[in-house]
Amino acid sequence: MLWLLLLLPFAAGVLALLLPGHAGRRTVLLGAAATHFALVLVALAGAAPPAWGGRLALDGLGGLFLLLSSGLFAVASAYAVGYLRRERVLERLQGTARPDFLEGGLFANVPEAVFTATLLCFLGTMTGVCLAHDFQLLWVLVEGTTLASAPLIYFHRHHRSLEASWKYLLLCSVGISIALLGTLFLAVAGTDAQGGSTPLLMTALAAKADTLAVPWVKAAFVLILVGYGAKMGLAPMHNWLPDAHSEAPSLVSALLSGALLNCAFLGVLRGLQVCGMVGEAAFARELLLGFGLVSLAIAALFVLRQADFKRLLAYSSVEHMGLLAVGVGLAGAGGEAAMLHAVNHTVAKGMLFLLAGNLLAAFHTKEIHQVRGALRVLPVSGGLWLLGLFAITGTPPFGMFHSELALVRAALEQGRPVVAAGVLLGLGAVFAGMSAVFLRMCLGAPRGAVAAPAREEFSAILPPALLATLALWLGLQVPGELAALLRAAAAQLGALP
Amino acid sequence: MHGFVDAILVVLVLTDLLLLGSFRLGASVRTSALQGVALGVLPLFAHHHGLGADAVLLALVATGAKGVLFPWLMLRAVRIAQIPRAMKPIVGTAASVVIGMVLLVLCRELAPRLPLPYSSGSTLVLPVALFTIFCGLFLLVARRLALTQVLGYLVMENGVFAFGVAGLPPGSFTIELLVLLDLLVAVFVMGVTVSHISRTFNSIDTRQLTELKG
Repeated sequence: MLWLLLLLPFAAGVLALLLPGHAGRRTVLLGAAATHFALVLVALAGAAPPAWGGRLALDGLGGLFLLLSSGLFAVASAYAVGYLRRERVLERLQGTARPDFLEGGLFANVPEAVFTATLLCFLGTMTGVCLAHDFQLLWVLVEGTTLASAPLIYFHRHHRSLEASWKYLLLCSVGISIALLGTLFLAVAGTDAQGGSTPLLMTALAAKADTLAVPWVKAAFVLILVGYGAKMGLAPMHNWLPDAHSEAPSLVSALLSGALLNCAFLGVLRGLQVCGMVGEAAFARELLLGFGLVSLAIAALFVLRQADFKRLLAYSSVEHMGLLAVGVGLAGAGGEAAMLHAVNHTVAKGMLFLLAGNLLAAFHTKEIHQVRGALRVLPVSGGLWLLGLFAITGTPPFGMFHSELALVRAALEQGRPVVAAGVLLGLGAVFAGMSAVFLRMCLGAPRGAVAAPAREEFSAILPPALLATLALWLGLQVPGELAALLRAAAAQLGALP
Repeated sequence: MHGFVDAILVVLVLTDLLLLGSFRLGASVRTSALQGVALGVLPLFAHHHGLGADAVLLALVATGAKGVLFPWLMLRAVRIAQIPRAMKPIVGTAASVVIGMVLLVLCRELAPRLPLPYSSGSTLVLPVALFTIFCGLFLLVARRLALTQVLGYLVMENGVFAFGVAGLPPGSFTIELLVLLDLLVAVFVMGVTVSHISRTFNSIDTRQLTELKG
C-alpha cells in the first residue's frame, strides 16, 4: 500500500515522459493525481501497515501532511491541464520564443513532457517525505523535493526564473547539508560507548530513548531546525522563497507554498519528536517559538511594503509558517491549533496562487499598482480573489479565523501574553497591508487596455472556486475524520510517538 | 591508522586555508580537487576494524566524484562559458585567511564542548569538520560568481563528509546518503554549465547570473 503510494507518481512521471501526445500526457497527470488522492484516503481510512522494515509508515502527522499535499496536487493538476493548454495556444500564436511582457526580450518554455514528469516526481518525493520514518530516508527525500521542484520554477526560461531557481537550489541545498550534519549528530547520539549504533528509525529511537546522548540530540535538533527551516521559509533563512514563488508558474507556486513548505515543516517536527523522547521538548519549543515570532515580524514588515502581488503572497507564506512554528512552540492546545492552521493555509494559499495566475494572464503584470478593476475584467477570479483575502487574513467565517483564535488563546492560557500580543500585532499588520492592496486591485476601473477574455475558462476558475468552498466549509465545520486526524497529529507533538 | 587520519585532516585544513587565500578560479578548483582526493582516501583509514568492501567502494566513488569529476566539470564550465578567471571576492583574500584563522581557533574551542559518547579514531575530526563547514559557508557568502558559490558548497559538503566517515563508528551510516549528496553537487554544477551555455548560445540576457549573490 505505502509502496504503491510512493511509486505511483514516479511511474506516472516516466509514462508522461514517454507518451508522445499532449492529450495522453495530461490524462496521465490528472489520472495519477486523482488515483493518488484516492489511495491516500483509503490508506488513511484503513490502517496501512508499515513497509520496508518500518522505514515507511503512516502516522497522524505524516498522514495529515500527506492528505494536504496530495489533495492540493489533485486540484493544482486540474488547473495545470488548462494552464498547459493555454500556454500551448500562446506558443502557437506567438512562436516558441515568446515576447516577455515584463521586460521585453524573448523566452521559451521547458518542454511540456519534462514539466509534467517533473511535477509528478515532485509529488512522489513529497509523498516520501510524509511517509518516511527514518531520518536518513527523510533527508534523501527532502533533498529530492528540492531537485524535483527546481526545474519547475524554471518553466519559463528567462533570466529572472533562472536566478530564482539558482537561489532556491543554492539556499535549500546549503540548508539541507546542515540538516544532514544534524542527522549525523543524531546518529552520534544513538551510539553507545562500545560503538553500537541505533538505526535512525522513529520506533528504534523511541525504544532506546533513555540511552540517547542528550547534548547531541539537542545539537542535532538545532541543525535540523536551521536546515529544514531554511526550506520551510522560516526567517532569516527565507530569502529564496519570495523569488521562487514569484517566478514559478502559479500552479507551482501554489504547490511550493501549500505542500512543500509543510513537508519541510514535517522534517522539523520529526526532530521535535526525538527531542520529546529524551525529555527536551521544552528546549525545542522555545527555539521554534523564537524562529516563529521572528518570521512573523519580518513577513509583516515585507507585506506592508510590497509592490508585487505574487511576492506579497510569498511573504504571507513566511508569515503563516511562522504561525505554525509558534503554535507548535506553544505545546498543548497550540499544537492542535497549528495543525488546523496548516490545513487552512494550504487551502487558502493554494487558491490565492492559482488566482494570481489568472490575474497575471489577464493583466500581464505582477505590479500591484498596475492592476485595477479586477472585478470588472475578471468577475469570477476577481470575486474569488476578494474571498481569498478574507480567507487568508483570518476573517470569520473562514477556517483561518478559528485556528488563529485558538493559537492566541493557547498563548494566553499558558501565561504568555507577550507571545499572544506579538502574534496579534503581526496578524494585524498583515491584515492591514493585504486588505489595502487586494481592495485596490479589485475595485475601480481597469487602467488602459487590458486584454480581457470574453469568458473565463472553467479550468482556470473551477479549482480555486473549489478551494474557496473548502475554506468556507472548514470555517463552518471541521469534518469528524479530519478532526480525528488533527488530534492524532497534535498528540504526537506532545508526547512520545 | 590514527596517523593517516590525522594527516588527511591536516591536509583538509591546509586546503581550506588555500581556498580562502586564492583569487584565481582555476587554482581554486585544483585545490578543491586535492581536497577531494584526500577525502576520497579517508574511508580506507577511518575504520580500525580493517577494510570492508563498502569502505573501498565509498573511497572509489568519493575520489572519483570529488577528486576528478566535479573539478573536471567546473574547469570545463570555466572554459566553455569564458568565466573571468579572477574571482572578484567580496571579502579580500588576505582578510579571508585571517578570518579563516579565527574560525579555526573557534572550532578548536567549540569541539570539546560536545564530547563524543564513544571513542572515535581521532580527536581532530569534529573541529576539522566544523572548520571545513564554516569555510564553505564563508566562501558561499564572500564570493560572488555562481561557480565559486558551488565551490563553497562543495567545501561545506566535504566537511559533512569528513565527519560522516571519520567521526561516526563504522556501519552506522549508509553510503547511499553521502553518494546522493554528491549527486546533488553534480546536478548543481551541470546547472551552472547549462546556464552559462544558454547565455552564450541564446539571446536571453543572463548577464546578472554571473553576478548573482546568494
